[in-house]
Amino acid sequence: MKTAESALHEVRAGIYCTVWIVLLLLTAVTVTVARLHPTRFAVALAILIATTKGSLVITYFMHLRDEPWILKAMLFIALLALTLIIALTFADVLYR
Amino acid sequence: MSTQEAADAGRERDYVGAKMGMWVFLFTELLLFGGMFLLYSVYRTKYPADFHKAAADLNLYLGTVNTVILLTSSLTMALSIAAMKKADSNQSLLTQFITISLGLVFLVNKFIEWSAHIHHGIYPDSAVILTMRRGEIIFFSLYYVMTGIHGLHVLVGSGAIAVTILFTARKKITSGDFVKLENTGLYWHFVDIIWIYLFPLFYLIT
Repeated sequence: MKTAESALHEVRAGIYCTVWIVLLLLTAVTVTVARLHPTRFAVALAILIATTKGSLVITYFMHLRDEPWILKAMLFIALLALTLIIALTFADVLYR
Repeated sequence: MSTQEAADAGRERDYVGAKMGMWVFLFTELLLFGGMFLLYSVYRTKYPADFHKAAADLNLYLGTVNTVILLTSSLTMALSIAAMKKADSNQSLLTQFITISLGLVFLVNKFIEWSAHIHHGIYPDSAVILTMRRGEIIFFSLYYVMTGIHGLHVLVGSGAIAVTILFTARKKITSGDFVKLENTGLYWHFVDIIWIYLFPLFYLIT
């Protein structure tokens, strides 16, 4: 039992390192893209990469995938609230 | 079963509640930073050229180094919890110590960056900033407020890790009861995520 548990934690440490490497690679990509093509498309890509990185941190480092559904639902509602606040503000600012 | 043991068992059973409380607190933090990101987005839409021009003054090299530092500190934080689950408190202590050190290096870099700006006369109400265009002034205001409040969070997180190091050394955090370490980790990762967004918005839009 103990060895199985210890093996599981080794696997988990391995996943953490893999996630860290992916995060560093994504940072390299976003910096390179920003230096090469400062266009409108590049800004959208930078936000997309940041969101991918944030999701990786939440899913693995903050281990949301192992949490009960209620916690995932709560996070979803919090993010939805923030998105609505931003969307409604822009609806006001852009079409004033 | 003694009263203390009963209390310990009760504490362990409320693990989910303790973590949920931490997440709820993080949601309030999300709205705090969310409000500032909203201000940034609206003013950026209003003054795109000024924002691009002002962002060129930021040090991309230091910003990238600080990104790598925070991402690495998130890894060591996660590893310290994995080590604690394995009941390896020595390895957990070591990785916690690396995490707090990286946090402090991040703050030193931030200090160097801010000092350089202030040296160039970029600070609130300075003679230099008053000659700038409106959008540039707003950019630097947001830069100081957002990276400042984020830096404050790194400082508070470092303080929390200092406490968990003390608790780990005194065996108050063990493989049977490590929710304090886990919640500190959640806070640290959240602060990392905020930087993940601050970095492209301030350094990569030139």
